[in-house]
Amino acid sequence: MKRILILTALAALVLAGCGSVAKMGAQLGQGAGVLTEQQTQSINRSVDVLEKTFEDVTPEQEYYIGRSVAASLLTSYRPLENPVLNGYVNDLGQTLAMASDRPETFGGYHFLVLDSDELNAFAAPGGLILVCRGLVLMCETEDELAAVLAHEVAHVQNRDGLRAIKTSRLTGALTTLSVEGARHLGGEQLRDLANQFDGSIQDVTGTLVNSGYARGQETAADQAARIILERVGYDPLALNRMLQVMAAHWDPKGPGFARTHPSPQDRLADIGGKAAGEADVVDVRQARFAQALGIKR
Amino acid sequence: MRHRKRAGALALLLLIAAAVLAAGPQRSVQVREGKLRQSPSFLGKITADVAYGDRMEVLEETAGWTRVRDGSGRSGWIHASALTEKKVVLKAGQGDVAAGASGEEIALAGKGFNEEVEKTYRAANPDVDFAWVDRMETWTVTPDQAAAFVSAGKLVPGGAR
Repeated sequence: MKRILILTALAALVLAGCGSVAKMGAQLGQGAGVLTEQQTQSINRSVDVLEKTFEDVTPEQEYYIGRSVAASLLTSYRPLENPVLNGYVNDLGQTLAMASDRPETFGGYHFLVLDSDELNAFAAPGGLILVCRGLVLMCETEDELAAVLAHEVAHVQNRDGLRAIKTSRLTGALTTLSVEGARHLGGEQLRDLANQFDGSIQDVTGTLVNSGYARGQETAADQAARIILERVGYDPLALNRMLQVMAAHWDPKGPGFARTHPSPQDRLADIGGKAAGEADVVDVRQARFAQALGIKR
Repeated sequence: MRHRKRAGALALLLLIAAAVLAAGPQRSVQVREGKLRQSPSFLGKITADVAYGDRMEVLEETAGWTRVRDGSGRSGWIHASALTEKKVVLKAGQGDVAAGASGEEIALAGKGFNEEVEKTYRAANPDVDFAWVDRMETWTVTPDQAAAFVSAGKLVPGGAR
């Protein structure tokens, strides 16, 4: 009876997410001779299974989440039908992604310009990156546009999109399949997974469009962006320059970045706030940048 | 006679064990389309395609890159982010799954959020259009294109680390 009570309490702890406490309890229980070694191990295993969160999401699942996040963003933003600009942004973006710490994702990195004046960009999990025309045109050099895209690549590298998903959904999704394996899913399980999927897409898009990531995640993405720029041979200070230009366009009550990002001044301060002087413009880069953006000089 | 047979079998077992131990650690390809390259760089010539779930033996590791060999003896460099230490199981009912190996050791391909779940999501959200997402995924940059972009822009080939 005592043993059943203890087991029930430990199970409750596991379900309540107090994994380490449950593990400790199991250890104590075993020490006191109330639980067998087998029971202790079994409890520890359940803790390990339930405590897994976004880290246990495979790149393949991340890919499917990212596809639906991007598709769902495209219900509010129209794509820009401009093969020249989209081609250029993909060449540039791929070059940056290859120099990141996570160049390989399940479906690879792909970039698309959105037909919107907003100073905004979105990184869907797995590497589908959407950037508004307004933000592209705000940049004055290829190096600055590289800073914008490197920041988005960094969000994919850090799997920030997946971190926005409520742990409870992933736990549910992951336990359903540990039972089911890869067998063809029955109607009820598929419905259950589809609900968790739907919720996950809402969590990620809601974060990208409305609430934004934590300030620490933005700082980490800015720092990673600077490393990527340096590796590729861009001016790492282009990030500071881009943030300074953005500060000049900043409308704290405006849509897009203002709602989801710390102010450019804060971001500059968080990465060491060095003021960047005039850009050292590389002519060949500037020429192709201007051509791709359709700027006549 | 019987003893000799037994000794022979034992020697054979030891040889197999030695061969297994001598082999490098194993990794699995965790991306849809993996490439093996001649050198540890995305600008390196592609020598072979490898598929999701393929098992690879590790021969050598260097900053971010792993030199591997697959079951049919093809070898080359692949970025470490394309590999996982887990065994990717493509079909259910394989031994490891039945034996209840933990998620730390194996990853079930096609589990959880998969194509089927996406289909269900699309049926429930008919206003969400995937046409542009599918189109984006066809936009790729070949190693030659990347090399041309890097060299024309006076950038660092291969993103020096």
